[in-house]
Order: sequence, then C-alpha cells, then structure tokens
Amino acid sequence: MDIAQLQAYGYFTLITLLVIGLYAYIYHLYTKKKDVDGVDYESYSNMALKDDIDDTPVAPVSDDKEK
Amino acid sequence: MENRPLEYDYTVAKMFMLTTIILGIVGMLVGVILAFQLAFPELNLVLGEGLAEYTNFSRLRPLHTDAVIFGFTLSGIFATWYYVGQRVLKVSMAESKLLMFLGKLHFWLYLVVVVSVVVSLLAGVTTSKEYAEFEWPIDIAVVVVWVIFGMGMFGLIGIRREKSLYISIWYYIATFLGIAMLYLFNNMEIPTIMGTAADGTSGIGAWYHSVSMYAGTNDALVQWWYGHNAVAFGFTVPIVAMIYYFLPKESGQAIYSYKLSLLSFWGLMFVYLWAGGHHLLYSTVPDWMQTMASIFSIILILPSWGSAINMLLTMKGEWQQVAASPLIKFMVLGSTFYMFSTLEGPIQAIKSVNAIAHFTDWIVGHVHDGTLGWVGFMIMAALYHMAPRVFKREIYSKSLMAAQFWIQTVGVTLYFTSMWIAGITQGMMWRAHDEFGNLAYSFIDTVTVLHPYYAIRGVGGLLYLVGFLMFAYNIYKTMSARPVEESELQNASPMGA
Ligand code: HEM
Repeated sequence: MDIAQLQAYGYFTLITLLVIGLYAYIYHLYTKKKDVDGVDYESYSNMALKDDIDDTPVAPVSDDKEK
Repeated sequence: MENRPLEYDYTVAKMFMLTTIILGIVGMLVGVILAFQLAFPELNLVLGEGLAEYTNFSRLRPLHTDAVIFGFTLSGIFATWYYVGQRVLKVSMAESKLLMFLGKLHFWLYLVVVVSVVVSLLAGVTTSKEYAEFEWPIDIAVVVVWVIFGMGMFGLIGIRREKSLYISIWYYIATFLGIAMLYLFNNMEIPTIMGTAADGTSGIGAWYHSVSMYAGTNDALVQWWYGHNAVAFGFTVPIVAMIYYFLPKESGQAIYSYKLSLLSFWGLMFVYLWAGGHHLLYSTVPDWMQTMASIFSIILILPSWGSAINMLLTMKGEWQQVAASPLIKFMVLGSTFYMFSTLEGPIQAIKSVNAIAHFTDWIVGHVHDGTLGWVGFMIMAALYHMAPRVFKREIYSKSLMAAQFWIQTVGVTLYFTSMWIAGITQGMMWRAHDEFGNLAYSFIDTVTVLHPYYAIRGVGGLLYLVGFLMFAYNIYKTMSARPVEESELQNASPMGA
C-alpha cells in the first residue's frame, strides 16, 4: 500500500470516528440533560445573565474557597 | 474575601474599542475609495500622476482588506474579549497585576504592528499572498502579539470563579487556537537574502523580502486552507462568541437552547476545516479534494444555522424588543445575515454553481453580506452594549442609532444585490458562445454592462461608511452623556433620545 492510499484510509477512519463522537455527544446532551457535576446544561445561560462580579456563580470553581 | 468592593476593569477593553472605531473608519473609507475607482478609473489618479503609486487600486486594496480584517474586526474581537471574558468568568483584571500588564502590552504591541502594516503596505512591501501580505519581520511581531493575547486569555481563565466556561469563552478559545495554527502554517516563508539563485548569486533582494515555503498547487492549498479558515476563526467563531453573550444580555433572555449551542460549536469546528478547497474548484488541486470541499461546504450550513436559529429563537415571544430597541435590531439582522451568507456560501460551493460564480462579483457580494451584514453589525452592536457599561453613561442618542441602522441596512442591500446581478451577468457573459464555440463577448463588453452596478455598489458602501461615522459619533458623545445608575445597566442599555 502506498502512502496516498494509507492517507486516504486514515482520513476516512478519522472522519468516521469524529462523526461517531459528535453524534454520541449529541445523544449524551439530550438524554442526560445534565453534566457530570449534575448541573443542568440550560442553567449555564445564567453565566451571562447574572454576570456581575458579586453574583453567585452557577457552579463555583471550588466550594471550599468560596466563603 | 477582601473588603474593597471589586469591580471589573475595562481599561484594555476601552483601548481596543478605540482602535475598532478608528481602524473601522480607515478600512471602510479606503473600501469606498476602491469601489469608486472600479466604477470611475480616473480616481486612481485623484492626487495626480506623481502620487499615483500610493492612490492606485492595487496599492490600496490590501490596505482595505487588512484594515477591516486585522484592524477593525480583530480590535473588535479583543475589545469584546476583555469585556466578556471578565464578566462570564466572574473575575476582574484588577485582581492580577500580571494580567493587566499583559493586556496593556497586548494593546501597545498591537498598535506597533498596525502602524508597521500600514506603512509597509503603502510602500508596496508585500508577500503578495491574499490576506497574508505581511513580510516576515511583521509576521514575527504578529506571533508575539498573539502569544501575549493567549497568555492573558488563559491567565484569566486560570483565576476564574465560575467553574464552567460559558459558550462564548469556548468560541474565543477556538479563535485563539485556530488563528494561531493557520497563521503559523500559511506564513512559513524564507527571506530571499538567505537563498541562492540558479546562477549562484546570493543575498537577493531587500532584507525584509521573503518567498513562501510552499510552491505551486501546495501553496494554493495551504493559502486557501488559511483563507477559508480565517473566515471561520476571524469572521464567524469570535462573532458567534459575541452574539451568544450580547444578545441574551441585552434582551434579558436565556439562550434558547444551551445544548444546541454546544453541539453546533463542535459541529462548526469539525466541518469548517475541510471546506477550504471550495476556493480552488476547477484548479489543479486533486479532484477528490474539490469534491470533498464541496460536500463539507454544503454540510457547513447545519452548524452555522444551528447557532443562528438559536439566536433568533432566543427572541421567541420577545419580538416587541426588536421593534423597540435599535441595538437588538442590529443583532437580529446580524444573525439573519449570518444565515444568509451561510446559505449563499454552500450554494456557491456546488461545483456547477461555482463555475459561474468564481472570479466574478458574486463572490464579492457574498463576502460583503457576510462581513458588513454580520461581522460589522455584530461588532457595532457589541460596542453599543459595552459603551454605557464601560463609561457608566447612557448611549447618547437612540434615534441616531435607529437612523444609522436603516442607512446601513440600505447600504448593505444595495451592495450585495448589485454585486449579485453584476456577478451573474459577468459569469454568463464570459461563458456565452456561438454555435461554433467562439466566445460571444469580449472582456470590455462585460465592463461596459457592469458599470452601473459598480456605481451602485459604491453608493451602498458609502451609505455604510456614513452609518459607521454616525456610530463613531454616537459612541464619542456617549462618553459625555448623562451618567447612569448601576441598576439601569442590568439588561437593556439605557439610551438618550
Ligand atoms: C457555510 C458557510 C460558508 C460557505 C460554505 C462559504 C463558501 C464560499 C465560497 C464557495 C466562496 C467562493 C470561492 C470562489 O469561488 O472564489 C467564498 C468566498 C468568500 N467567503 Fe464564504 N462561505 C461561507 C460563509 C462565509 C461568511 C459567514 C463570510 C464572512 C463573514 C464569508 C466570507 C468569504 C470571503 C471573504 C470570501 C472571498 C475570498 C476571496 O476570494 O478572496 N463566507 N465563500
């Protein structure tokens, strides 16, 4: 097999994997609806809507630091 | 934590707002001059034969494209980053001396690069690669500026209070990474003084001249991989970052579907990079690559419309706001133009359509419904939203803003409709032939037919420039308008009559 053929197979495989990855992600988003921290994805909109410096973060970086 | 009340620090954002406006005026003014030069060639000599070198179309053209792309748009991206970044990460630049320093350094070095670009382009020093005209010393400076921008960005992300990154931040990060990769690879070049010619002479040309490291078809491929993705990571990704922040914020509405914003992000990243070949259809690049680029370009409509529809649906049930607020009008029309150019692009990327469209003014029409209608509108809207907050004053005049909106909308419309007609006419005339295969028209026949459309385009561009000057004036006057209370700044921006 010459290099061009290898490239072609490699390319095809990469694209296929990326497509599967993307669709798996979409499936995850719409079935789980929440991320690993249990935060509903939709509530992340509040990061923009409540963005004053003293507003409470949607999910603070570290709970123990915020006191 | 501390006793002193903490505030967001907009110093750097304000500096970049200034360059957005100034370079916007410069770039658009040069654009209008170019448009009229195409319609009335005598204008190439406006300042007389002696200065023709500096006033002719070919000298000014890269100045226009680079001023609007790397001047106006990039400044707008930086200005909004230094505003949005702090807010959605809930951390102030005042909290870190280092970040403040990097931000200011970023601005001043950027300004140095801008000046050297303007001088060198006017002097006719160029690599002759479209959108990548800068010679190697400037390229190195650009990389330094970009690295500083990145350090500031990741520094701010590093000290954030909000654990997750808001969707706009994803887009800003993608802008940083995307442009870094594109710029580096496309600008690989060798100074000519380092080369040796076939006859043995070395040290050729001035010290600042260079040649591309790629040749022939490879050069074209890298160039349009860069060119197309400069559209992706300069004209789309960061502008989407802006609209995902400013539209929800100004209207007080949560994004229609945050999940949709996430999946269209990955969709966009996945598809855009493969589509650059659509600039090289029917050229010497391999056929499979052209077909691939066509297919990916058509698929590209999905993630593009994913974001645009998400924005329009954010206004669901709130359409009275569009009628009431000129600021929201800008954003809603901006995302409509985004849908429009991402419908038009895929159509032009179909091989049989491209056979008519390529090399014609239809492409120019496409470029400008994207850049004027989407990029320009969105950046102005962002600055309008920021102005009351960074200056703590209401926007000077709502009616001026509304007038500006309509003048510019008419301007864009005249621009792209005239270029559509001109482009398709041109494409059809070039390929028309008689029964024996002789071409039906000579080149000058097309020029004669196109003249009125070129004049209309000039007028359209002029209207847009007039609107931009109104915008500049409005922002300038905002700095001295009525001071506002903090509470007035929650959502809709306060505006004077
Ligand atoms: C789905 C998205 C898009 C697709 C598939 C697409 C496709 C195309 C195609 C086929 C061309 C013409 C190539 C040629 O024959 O010369 C083109 C040119 C161009 N497009 Fe797009 N386009 C898209 C979106 C946009 C947007 C949103 C903008 C700007 C905001 C934009 C800016 C440009 C520019 C600047 C050029 C001209 C490049 C040059 O020849 O100098 N495009 N695009």
